[in-house]
Amino acid sequence: MRSRFFWTIAAGLALTPAGVLAAGPWLPAGPPSQSERAELRARYARPEQVPHPDDNTPSAARENLGRTLFFDPRLSGSGIMSCGTCHNPGLSWSDGLDRGVGHGSKRLARRTPTILNAGFAEALFWDGRASSLEEQALGPISSPDEMNMPLEQLIPKLKAVPGYAPLFEAAYPGEGISAPTVAKALASFQRTVVSARAPFDRWLAGEERAISDSAKRGFALFEGKARCATCHAGWRFTDDSFHDIGVPGEDRGRGAVLEGIAVLEFAFKTPTLRDVERRAPYMHDGSEKTLAEVIELYDLGGRVRRPSLSAEIVPLELTPKEKEDLVAFMNTLTGEEPLASIPRLPR
Amino acid sequence: MIRPARMLALLLAAAPASAEDHVVSQKGQSFQPAALTIRKGDQVLFRNDDELTHNVYSRSAGAEFNVRLQEPGTTSPVRFDQPGSIEVRCAIHPKMKLRIEVQD
Repeated sequence: MRSRFFWTIAAGLALTPAGVLAAGPWLPAGPPSQSERAELRARYARPEQVPHPDDNTPSAARENLGRTLFFDPRLSGSGIMSCGTCHNPGLSWSDGLDRGVGHGSKRLARRTPTILNAGFAEALFWDGRASSLEEQALGPISSPDEMNMPLEQLIPKLKAVPGYAPLFEAAYPGEGISAPTVAKALASFQRTVVSARAPFDRWLAGEERAISDSAKRGFALFEGKARCATCHAGWRFTDDSFHDIGVPGEDRGRGAVLEGIAVLEFAFKTPTLRDVERRAPYMHDGSEKTLAEVIELYDLGGRVRRPSLSAEIVPLELTPKEKEDLVAFMNTLTGEEPLASIPRLPR
Repeated sequence: MIRPARMLALLLAAAPASAEDHVVSQKGQSFQPAALTIRKGDQVLFRNDDELTHNVYSRSAGAEFNVRLQEPGTTSPVRFDQPGSIEVRCAIHPKMKLRIEVQD
């Protein structure tokens, strides 16, 4: 359901003479009313807590152990790659590359997804093949193409580091150093990686000048004509759904995970748009270099038409100014606070 | 995907007299209701009341099924013949979850 704010703007557009539109951009008539803002706040409200499984309740000791493991390069076969090598907090928990680089500098098939807000995700990996962070965490560590660290070698390696035993004991008393406790600790840490408050959030809270008029128009387009919010919905700007959006390529994405469902061919998970300005290049393969290029893809209704193309992907007929406004809006989603501290690794 | 009229014909032809039908609506990217208790042999009619294409599948042991694609406005019947606790999902929208308890 669209907000009254959107409809106010849409009505303004409809009533504006075409000549005025052509002459220059119009502005939203004014800030959202109190009730409109309340409705927007409800729709973009952050949950107060990150969900977690019953057998891995959060604690400072678990988060500390997970943070330590996350940044420890000894979790890789080469000893030089940590989880944080690709999920770099300085790059909004990604790597700024079109596709990830794994063991032996191997170029991977897909772009490194950010772990921002992964604790809220319904499915992990671009193709959604893991349904929890605990299930996901060991995948990249043990993958020969990524960190190349067989779990049967990882556990003795960690046990040989005297400093790890007390960290594991504090986090998971009596459970020892094991693949499940490594996975649970990494999951616990990842649940703390939540995007910081952004100008868009300050605007929602009532700070009218926190974002530009162009960004406000962009937000109205985002929820309206450009149809972005169909999938990029809610405070994370994703509903975790899977779609073929018309990115050329042979990677079947979720189609290879759940066979026999036509619309899942070439479908990938809708990513969060938090910090999106800082996470170029875009798409599952880094094929779009800028947000302006991403908008071009959507404006075309996808760069490739396949039977699997999502029904939601249609040509949008956006004007150049509207495209600029959409980028201005997405640039208001960048968190404003520092993200993480690097842990002292045990020896 | 089965159109309602055809589905009804299938039901009349196939459903035993004692079995019940339970309607689950897919609306606002959620299953409504989100939990359901039925008896062995009952059918669940998954009705897509959204404007989006959905899917219904389960990988729960003994109750694996996949109705593939559901266009808006269509209904898909699924019969549950094994008792157990079954998790039903949408392959497109993973936040959609339904728990079905099938009683003996």
